[in-house]
Amino acid sequence: MNMTTTKRLTDIPRPTPAVAQIKAPTTEEHPEPQVSVRGLKKSFSGNAVLNGIDLSLAPGETIAILGRSGTGKSVFLKLVIGLQLPDAGSIRVHGSEIPDLSIRELNEVRKSVGFLFQQAALYDSLTVEENVAFPLRRHTQMSESERRDRVRDLLSSVGMEEHLEKLPSEISGGMQKRVGLARALALEPDVLLLDEPTAGLDPITAAEIGTLIAGLKKRRETSAIVVTHDVHASREFADRFVVLDQGAIIAEGSLKELSRSSNDFIVRFLQGCK
Amino acid sequence: MPQAKSLFRSFFEWFGELGIFAGRVARTAFVPPWEGRELLAQLDEIGSRSFPLVALAGAATGVVLSLQIRDSLTRFGGKALLPAVIVFSLMKETGPMITALVVSGRVGAGIAAQLGSMRVTEQIDAMEVSAVNPYKYLAATRVFACTAMLPLLTLAANFCGIIFGWIAATLVEPVSLRLFVHDGFKDATFSDFLPPLFKTAVFGLIIGLIASFQGMRTRGGTEGVGRSTTGSVVLCSLFVILADVVMVRLILVFFTG
Repeated sequence: MNMTTTKRLTDIPRPTPAVAQIKAPTTEEHPEPQVSVRGLKKSFSGNAVLNGIDLSLAPGETIAILGRSGTGKSVFLKLVIGLQLPDAGSIRVHGSEIPDLSIRELNEVRKSVGFLFQQAALYDSLTVEENVAFPLRRHTQMSESERRDRVRDLLSSVGMEEHLEKLPSEISGGMQKRVGLARALALEPDVLLLDEPTAGLDPITAAEIGTLIAGLKKRRETSAIVVTHDVHASREFADRFVVLDQGAIIAEGSLKELSRSSNDFIVRFLQGCK
Repeated sequence: MPQAKSLFRSFFEWFGELGIFAGRVARTAFVPPWEGRELLAQLDEIGSRSFPLVALAGAATGVVLSLQIRDSLTRFGGKALLPAVIVFSLMKETGPMITALVVSGRVGAGIAAQLGSMRVTEQIDAMEVSAVNPYKYLAATRVFACTAMLPLLTLAANFCGIIFGWIAATLVEPVSLRLFVHDGFKDATFSDFLPPLFKTAVFGLIIGLIASFQGMRTRGGTEGVGRSTTGSVVLCSLFVILADVVMVRLILVFFTG
C-alpha cells in the first residue's frame, strides 16, 4: 500500500450512522435474544476500540460483522465470551449479564457458546481427534466409544475424518480452521462466535468454509456472529451484515441494502471485496 | 531517575501480579474437577524426564566433592571423615541446591516456553472459552508436580552423588561401599535428612509458580516467549538461592539442638 492510499484511507470522515437499518426481531417474535449487547465500550491505553455498540442476535440468526482490521471486531467477540471485560455497557448471553458472572457461572454460559479463533488455536500437543474430544472429555459423561463416535461425526461434518491422528502442525491452515470449527461445535452450542473463519485461506477453501457454515446453520439452527472481511464467502450464510468503523456500528442490513449505500467507507469496502 | 522509578514500580507490580496469580492457582487447586490426567503427564515430564540430568549432576557433584575434600582433609589430618563430609554436604546443601538449579533450567524454561507459546497462539484463551480453567489445568498441575517431584529428584541426586563420591574415593584409595556408607551415615539423624528434603519441596513450589506465571503472562509473539523463558530461568534460579538463605536459617533455628 503506498502513502497516497494510506492517507486516503485514514482520512475517511466518520460515516453517518445507519445507512440501512433492518429491524432486529421484536421481543414478541423472540422473547430473549441469544446475545444482546447495549452501549458496549472498550478502550486500550486510552484508545477507544469500541465506542457504544448495540447489537442483538436472535435465535437462528447469523450476523456477519464487517470492518477494517483493527476496528475491534475480534475484541467484540472476546467481550461477548467474557475473555475481556468491557469498560462500560451490557453484554447478555442467554439472559446472563456476562461481566457480572462468577467464573463458575461464566463457564456454564461458555458451554453453550462455540468459539472459533482466527488462527484456530488448536492445542498443539494434542492430535486432531484429541482436540475435538477435549471439551467432550471435560463436560460430558460420554463413554470412550461414544466420545470417539461423536468426534468422528464432528470431524466428518467438516471433512476432516481422514486426519484424526495428525497433530495441528501437520495440517494446513484451512484444515486447522475446520478442526477448530468441529471443536467449537462439540458441545452442540446454541451460539457460535466465529473470528475470521476464512481469513488467510485461498478462495476455494474460503468458499468451502462458507458453505460449511451455511450447512451447519441449516442443520443445527444455531445462531452465529461471524467476524469477517470476506463479504463474498459470508453471503452464503449471513442473514444480516453489520459494518463496524472507528468503534461504532455505521450500518446494518442485507448485502443488497449495504450495496445501495452512498457512504464512502461502505462503498470502498464493498468495492475492495469484489 | 524516572527510569529508576519505573523499574522500582515494575518490580513491585511483578510481585503483586505474582501474588494474585498464586492466589488464583491456590483457589482452584483444591476444588474438583481433579486434573488427574494432566497431573500424571506433568509428574512424568517434570520427574522422570528430569531424572537423567539430575542424576548426572548429582554424580558429577559427588565426584568433585570427593576429589576436592580428600585433598583438604588430608592436609588437616581428617581423611577418615571423607565419607561423612560427602554425605552431609550432599544431603544438607549441595544435593538440594544442584537439583533445584538443574530443574530451574530444564523445567523452568520448559514450562515458561510451553505456556508462553500457548498464550501467544490463543490456546489458553481457547481453553477458557471451552469452560476449562487454565489456572487449574495448566498452572496448578505444574506447580504441584514441581513441588512433589523436587524432593524425589533430590533423593536421586544425593544417591548418585554418594555412589559416585565413593567410586572417586575408592579409585584413589580403595574402600568398601559398605564401610563408606557406614562411616558416612553413622552420625546422621532425621533432623539432618528431612528438613533439607522439605526445603526442596519449597524450591519446587517456587520453580513451578514462577515458571507458570512467566509463561501465562507472556505478551508479544515469539519474541515475548523468548523473554518469558529467559526470565523464568533467571528468576527461578535467583529465588531458589534467596529462598535457600532463608530456609537454611530457619532449619538452623528449628532443627538444630
